[in-house]
Amino acid sequence: MGTSKAVAGAGVASVGPEDNEINQGRRRLVWSTVAAFLTAWFIAFFRFFLPRTLFEPATSFKIGYPEEYGLGVDTKFQQKYRIWVDRTPDRMFVIYARCTHLGCTPDWKPSENKFKCPCHGSGYDSEGVNFEGPAPRPMDRAHIERSPDGQILVDVSRLYQWPKGQPSQFNDDGSYLPV
Amino acid sequence: MPEENGNGKNGKATGLLERLKSALQEDVQSFRTDLPAKAKEQIEGLKKPTKTALYTSIFRHKHDDTPRNRALGVLSNVFLHLHPAKINRDAVRYSFTWGMGGITFYLFIVLTLTGVLLMFYYHPTKLQAFRDVLYLEHDVPFGKILRNMHRWAAHLMVITVWLHMFRVFLTGSYKAPRQFNWNIGVLLLVLTLLLSFTGYLLPDDQLGFWAVTVGTNMARATPLLGHEGPFGKMLGMTPYNDVRFGLLGGSIVDANALLRSYIWHCIGIPIVASVLMIVHFWRVRKDGGISGPGSVVLASEDKAQRGPRHA
Repeated sequence: MGTSKAVAGAGVASVGPEDNEINQGRRRLVWSTVAAFLTAWFIAFFRFFLPRTLFEPATSFKIGYPEEYGLGVDTKFQQKYRIWVDRTPDRMFVIYARCTHLGCTPDWKPSENKFKCPCHGSGYDSEGVNFEGPAPRPMDRAHIERSPDGQILVDVSRLYQWPKGQPSQFNDDGSYLPV
Repeated sequence: MPEENGNGKNGKATGLLERLKSALQEDVQSFRTDLPAKAKEQIEGLKKPTKTALYTSIFRHKHDDTPRNRALGVLSNVFLHLHPAKINRDAVRYSFTWGMGGITFYLFIVLTLTGVLLMFYYHPTKLQAFRDVLYLEHDVPFGKILRNMHRWAAHLMVITVWLHMFRVFLTGSYKAPRQFNWNIGVLLLVLTLLLSFTGYLLPDDQLGFWAVTVGTNMARATPLLGHEGPFGKMLGMTPYNDVRFGLLGGSIVDANALLRSYIWHCIGIPIVASVLMIVHFWRVRKDGGISGPGSVVLASEDKAQRGPRHA
């Protein structure tokens, strides 16, 4: 039955109120089924984009014995694990080589004794503390511990930060090894 | 059955032969008369190809320069019918439109054609992507010009989209009744930028890799959906389930990110953009065609026309 004025004007009123109720109920059922179906697929569509298994480099790895590292910055694992091993007179820590501005890998400049990010020019001192450019905080440090065999075990999925204006986590247990 | 002697309907044994004979005669006769008539028709058709059924089935109206035919030329063509059949003369002046919308669409076509061709040589994998780009640049016949056409047209399209938007703003063409189309245009601008961004990673060179690293790191700070953004932590966002993870297909810019970029760039976004373009062009027509400068009205006419209404 049409809903146009012409139909109404012609006096076609064979559809009673009860019939209307029934039809609308059925209509609602159909539409809510369609909506539920589409919603379910919409959610599935989003979930589909978040894979369960990743084929990415391991976040936890061994980097040898503390005795192998001298004072200062060691870049030998930059390419493989994206870290620098940093040793000061009293402690040893691992800097995660990701600029805190927008995530590029800075370069270690031995002659200038600093890290310099090629993307937007952030500069960090030899301990990864920012002093120039747009970086908002020092570079994060990775979890570090001695494994039972005496080697250094690093976990870059557990990072220690020093956000601006907030307490530093750089003295937390696991953020450094005393030497 | 009345006839059971096996002599056919006529009841004579000679019936079949006679019928064959007469049928043959008819055929011969028809060859003599019809064939020349058909040949004549063909020759007539060659002389006046526009009169043939084939021609008129393709071109359904005359093309001599009358207002009706010019309107039909637009209305009866699937590609042109999105346009209005008639338009204000001043509205299509280049000094008014700058032709930027049309040029943007033209560039989109160039990008589609060159992009499809580039896809024949490009593998979206970490091992092959950059090698394929070098291969295209240095060895594939016409590869260099195709790649550069694609690259420069992409840069140009971003520029022309902005200029188109700027022109529409300057001429006030975003005002009623065109607000809806302005919003479609904004979506198309975003899609153009996303096409540009996803295409950036595909060469898998240092420039693209770090640009996408930087770009997707901004997604960490997305409100609600990013693990470093406002309320992100409260909603349980981590580097392994937030919006950046969904974009990259992982926690780092790697093989999955390259593949996702590729699919969004070549299939996903172009489809959505094409649909919106159809809506965009259609709405230009439905909202009264290209907005034009006000028509010239003499002061005397102005009073006569608008006086009573304003009184």
